Amino acid sequence: MADTTEMPQDKFRLSQLLYDARYRSMTIQVVAAMLLMLSLAWLVDNTIQNLAALGKDFSFSFLGTTAGYDINQQLIPFTSQDTHARAALVGILNTLLVAFLGCVLATVIGVLAGVLRLSKNFVVSGIMTVYVEAMRNTPLLIWILIVFAVMTEATPQPRDFREGGGAEMILWDSVAISNRGVFIPKPLWGEGSGLVVAVFLLSVGAIFALRHFARKRQEQTGAQLPVFRLSLALFFLPALLTYFVMGGPITLELPELGGFNFDGGIQIRNSLIALWLALSLYTSAFIAEIVRSGILSVSRGQTEASFALGMQPNRTMQLVILPQALRVIIPPLISQFLNLTKNSSLALAVGYMDVRSTLGGITINQTGREIEGILLLGSFYLIVSLIISSFMNLYNSSVKLKER
Amino acid sequence: MSKQSSVAFVRREMLPPAPPPPGQAGVLRWMRENLFSSVTNTALTILSLYFIWSVLASIMPWTLNGIWVAGSLTECREIRDARGLETAACWAVINERWLQLLFGFYPTDDKLLSSLFYAEPLATAGGLEAVFGAASNATDRIEFVGMMKGDLSNFTIFLFGYWRPLLAVALLVVAVAPILYSSLPRSLLFFSMLYPFVGVFLFWGGSIWGPMTVAIGLAAAFFIGRFFAKRFGLLGGGIAAVAAFIFIFLNPLPFIDHGGLFPLFPHVKDVLHSIIPFGLSAIPSDQFGGFMLAIIIGTSGIVLSLPIGILLALGRQSTMPFIRWVCVTFIEVIRGVPLIVWLFVASTLLKYFLPPGSSFDALLRVIILVTLFASAYIAEVVRGGLAALPTGQYEAADSLGLDYWKSMQLIVLPQALKISIPGIVNTFIGLFKDTTLVVFVGLRDPLGLTNAIRATGEWNGIYWELYIFVALLFFTFCFFMSRYSMYLERKLQTDRR
Repeated sequence: MADTTEMPQDKFRLSQLLYDARYRSMTIQVVAAMLLMLSLAWLVDNTIQNLAALGKDFSFSFLGTTAGYDINQQLIPFTSQDTHARAALVGILNTLLVAFLGCVLATVIGVLAGVLRLSKNFVVSGIMTVYVEAMRNTPLLIWILIVFAVMTEATPQPRDFREGGGAEMILWDSVAISNRGVFIPKPLWGEGSGLVVAVFLLSVGAIFALRHFARKRQEQTGAQLPVFRLSLALFFLPALLTYFVMGGPITLELPELGGFNFDGGIQIRNSLIALWLALSLYTSAFIAEIVRSGILSVSRGQTEASFALGMQPNRTMQLVILPQALRVIIPPLISQFLNLTKNSSLALAVGYMDVRSTLGGITINQTGREIEGILLLGSFYLIVSLIISSFMNLYNSSVKLKER
Repeated sequence: MSKQSSVAFVRREMLPPAPPPPGQAGVLRWMRENLFSSVTNTALTILSLYFIWSVLASIMPWTLNGIWVAGSLTECREIRDARGLETAACWAVINERWLQLLFGFYPTDDKLLSSLFYAEPLATAGGLEAVFGAASNATDRIEFVGMMKGDLSNFTIFLFGYWRPLLAVALLVVAVAPILYSSLPRSLLFFSMLYPFVGVFLFWGGSIWGPMTVAIGLAAAFFIGRFFAKRFGLLGGGIAAVAAFIFIFLNPLPFIDHGGLFPLFPHVKDVLHSIIPFGLSAIPSDQFGGFMLAIIIGTSGIVLSLPIGILLALGRQSTMPFIRWVCVTFIEVIRGVPLIVWLFVASTLLKYFLPPGSSFDALLRVIILVTLFASAYIAEVVRGGLAALPTGQYEAADSLGLDYWKSMQLIVLPQALKISIPGIVNTFIGLFKDTTLVVFVGLRDPLGLTNAIRATGEWNGIYWELYIFVALLFFTFCFFMSRYSMYLERKLQTDRR
């Protein structure tokens, strides 16, 4: 008895495009691609028509023309005679500056707040809870404006620093907080200061070498070195010694009151301070929550096991809990850094000249190149976030639990 | 002799438990264990208490001595000096301007206000028609309304002058409640579906037939689609629904001169309006402002971004490379660029991308961009939920013979969304807070209004009171949202251990 079934006929029918799972996904993708192409073509066509109607063209040549405006905060020299491209670069550097400063301060405050929020001390954890909830549930823009208002309205004017004006400089007359900005001492690099810096950098390198050596030694022999004290000594002693041997080549130029404003020193504008502090405070609340949940994610058994091995509480934290918590903490932490960088575009609110204000603000207003300007601006932010997220992916794959 | 009698003493009743030694119970013990357990902890406690005390000492006198009734900042300062106070908040600015912070320059219903509470002066001025009619004098009207608003209390104006936004927000609560709390009757969901049209009508006004026609048209497209779906399958139904939608709302014959017949729906609206003329005074979007604006942009962004975000997340997980590629590009591009740049795109670039001559409501542009922005973030959150689901769930759905949409709808999404609730709510909170950024594209959000208030002569130089008020408004809403997400997490937690 023949039990064979006939092979289905392999003739292709048109309805298979829809009802056969082998072809359906192809059909859907082709239709989607066509729709996407059509709508893109529609948008591009509209844009071309609109540009033609306005008598504009699409070119980036405006980047090479003279900017004609001043930027009050610049990390590289810039005058109004420079090009728009250089203005954009100044803006980019300003964005990166506030983003970097913000990330550092936000991490410090955030880790502190997150750890303290876990404290058994009711008062401390209560304060931190209030802090975190207040920051997380109000818009960042309000915080920027509040800090800016504090800096400009609640600080004394430079003239109040005169005799009997009621205001005083802090830190042994070296720092002045005024409504024109914060003035800090400026280091003057004299003859031979290069050597001091070089020695300092070398000793920092030596600290890393020492730590590496100490770890190796401990793994091989079990003997521990007083790494912390040695590092501390290495950090300060060689550089200080060179400094005195060379006869104190680095001096500080203190800000001094002259006329209606301070002369000398470095002026940090209130816009930068306000943006920096507000971004850090706001982001630190999110970081605090990340740190807290990261530490809580390490199961209690790990702590108990570590105690059972006879480890001290701080070594338990250092060697058992933190390495495991960091795996949970780092990815969202980096995405908070990304958020902070993007949020720095709120600089607009306080007049800090970041890339949004130079390239995306004054340059666009002066040249009328909205499409090109916003395209460049968007690409800058996109590239920064893609770079940071690719670092994050690298880190993720390096700390991923190796499951076997 | 029994054993019992040989024992000298037997206690017949229980001794009452002895109180714990002092310092080992109650508040004292709790304090010793929590606040003063070690030297560091004690120092920390004392430091924190000092911190709290110094903060309160600097803020409380200012807050509590606040002056509630004054006409200007100078008057506030005079009152403060007359009372001999060192610091005092000038809450009078809130007392006087809270309506503006809530509603911006949204017009009040002056006819209703004057006929209800200002009848006598209205009669003196010549009646409703003489003051507000088409032939009335604009200067006289402004003077009359100014006088009326000066005489009426802010609360009366709030309740009756702004009854439209107020009613719209109240109905919004009714519409949202059955979605948030499943214990409410399900029949309320019908109203939730109807609410977008009711809300648009109340906020923007105009003929009631505008939103009604849209609602009827959408319903018609839906039912036509369902009718065809029963006969020709899902695909036929979908095509029919899209065709019906295009026929009703768009122009199906753009290349043929049809004498302005299409799009159909403005004509239907006009005909219906001529039969039953009913409507409210139309209010253009540029008069919207204040916290109301945050609520409008926030809720529409939240409601619209969730479905788009879920679709994007599914697309990112799709097995079709093209779909996946499109979704990944969209999500990464949107997330990589700050919202403020997108709002900038909405305000300056959108006009280039649309057909020449087409104009677009500024508020609508912002809502669209905010929605797209939030949906990319939602997509990432939902993707996390989809990835966290064990593969067995997907395989189980497949082995039950469910098709893709059924398995997503019945098996995968309910679980994945449950996992993603905290992230989704966090995105919503972020979106709500980000509505303050619309100030940069010229909409009057509460923070922009604080500048407007400060620009007036009376309140020049006032900062903290306004910022605190706005911050508290946002805090209330966002805090409620975060608590709700905790409640939802607890309620949906099925794996109790």
